[in-house]
Amino acid sequence: MSLFKHTSAEMQELLKNKEVTIADLTAEAFDRIEALDGEVGAFLALNKEAATAQAAEMDQVPFEERGPLFGLPIGVKDNIVTEGLETTCASKILEGFNPIYDATVVQKLRAAGMVTVGKVNMDEFAMGSANENSSIKPVHNPWNFNHVPGGSSGGSAAAVAAGEVPFTLGSDTGGSIRQPAAYCGVVGMKPTYGRVSRFGLVAFASSLDQVGPITRNVRDNALLLEAISGVDANDSTSANVEVPNFAEQLTGDIKGLKVAVPKEYLAEGVSEGVRAQVQAAIDKLKELGATVDEVSLPHSKYALAAYYILSSSEASSNLSRFDGIRYGFRAEADNLEDLYLQTRAQGFGDEVKRRIMLGTYSLSAGTYDAYYKKAQQVRTLIKQDFDEVFKNYDVIVGPTTPTTAFKLGENLEDPMTVYANDILTVPINLAGVPAISIPCGFDADLPVGLQIIGNYFAEGTIYRVADAFEKATDFHTKTPQTWEVK
Amino acid sequence: MAKLSVEEVKHVAKLARLAITEEEAEKFAGQLGAITDFAAQLNELDTTNVEPTTHVLPLVNVLREDVAAEGLSRDLMMKNVKDQQDGLVKVPPIMAE
Repeated sequence: MSLFKHTSAEMQELLKNKEVTIADLTAEAFDRIEALDGEVGAFLALNKEAATAQAAEMDQVPFEERGPLFGLPIGVKDNIVTEGLETTCASKILEGFNPIYDATVVQKLRAAGMVTVGKVNMDEFAMGSANENSSIKPVHNPWNFNHVPGGSSGGSAAAVAAGEVPFTLGSDTGGSIRQPAAYCGVVGMKPTYGRVSRFGLVAFASSLDQVGPITRNVRDNALLLEAISGVDANDSTSANVEVPNFAEQLTGDIKGLKVAVPKEYLAEGVSEGVRAQVQAAIDKLKELGATVDEVSLPHSKYALAAYYILSSSEASSNLSRFDGIRYGFRAEADNLEDLYLQTRAQGFGDEVKRRIMLGTYSLSAGTYDAYYKKAQQVRTLIKQDFDEVFKNYDVIVGPTTPTTAFKLGENLEDPMTVYANDILTVPINLAGVPAISIPCGFDADLPVGLQIIGNYFAEGTIYRVADAFEKATDFHTKTPQTWEVK
Repeated sequence: MAKLSVEEVKHVAKLARLAITEEEAEKFAGQLGAITDFAAQLNELDTTNVEPTTHVLPLVNVLREDVAAEGLSRDLMMKNVKDQQDGLVKVPPIMAE
């Protein structure tokens, strides 16, 4: 059995009782990566030498000076910059890029005493829902290697599901933490927009992007979110709000809690298997004392179109910085104009090009009002839908994804089919509210995710519901076959 | 909203500084057309007098004290530059001779 079957509290207990050392935990991560990652494909750059040295030093720190995450290994999504550790966003255009500073979240991991073991794979520039857009290698779902892990934080979710590391950071622009967490049967939180600093997160769509934690259980997720949250002078969109002790709110008690179930989230397109598991989860919440009502988020069906226009528009602007001049890949060319054209043509993959072009088109004179401005107005309507429901309810629940993980290669030729996977997650980013995905069952041996959505900065309430559900069920204790290896 | 023509795709690619082949332009025209067709459903909604949302948090003019602070060192910032000379970034000619 791997040490990573334990919760962080149990690992701290083992450390305290001197049954294991931080060096052991770090070695366990690298051993499991070596044994499993050839098949999983979750890791890109490894930080073995520095992490091993750091672990040995940290073993000397007295126990009374350690926090709840001290000495525990973590993988960081490859769009979060790490000083001296190659960061590529799984794109050829950033090949060999060695960041010269740490993202704020990485500084915070360091302050919490976590050991960064490496960078995890993703869809190129976080654009994708299957991790098949990584320019380096695809990621395989640990529950069934023929299936995708979801995306874009596919490496983050698969690494935790396979037990390579107990913690990872992902990023979520339209579902990129929650959808892979659902597909891989782990816990993934997209915090309120502004909760976590984006400084050092390579920007995809700045008004939607958030960094968040992926873990095997709710309590560990809450601990990690607390560690990375907070206002940051380097990100003017980070919110100056108090960072609560989320773990303290895990009372296990949800009696009288008001739960809303949007009828649109269980409508056509949601598979029978997913619907059955989510319905059972909703019944469980009732059993635990919550009151459940059906509500409507009437503009849900328009979210996907608005999302792809807005996120692609912001991306087309953000990705203009990749020009081959100051970092990463540079194509050979005789003049500067050709250098830009060729570097970007050779450096970006097809999905990234599609979105840059869609965004450029949406922002062009003549189409701006019909696409970009229209999508922004629809965004207002979607946000109002959520505001209306949260006047009367504590949380909104539904499935995270319409289906379980699909097969690798199945949807490669048709971008629209893959986009449809995000239909239940994108409205949350457009509104900016927080949401989690937790395991709530299986359909044909593949995990199903329950999505719990909260009001602005109400992550504590989401965690309380998720934890109460987790305490009453055993889905989070299930592990794929890969756990038995080594 | 109409389907994108191959010419429009080439124009957009040029604006976005992406070299594109004829074959690619055709492929992308089909794929982008499918996406813009899908986006046309937004027209079903009446958005007269609806304010556009650019940002979800009520943030206006986030300011800090104007205090000088040390920036990143020049050497460090040049670390990832492929082609450089005397501390400057080197690029091919901007104008033809």
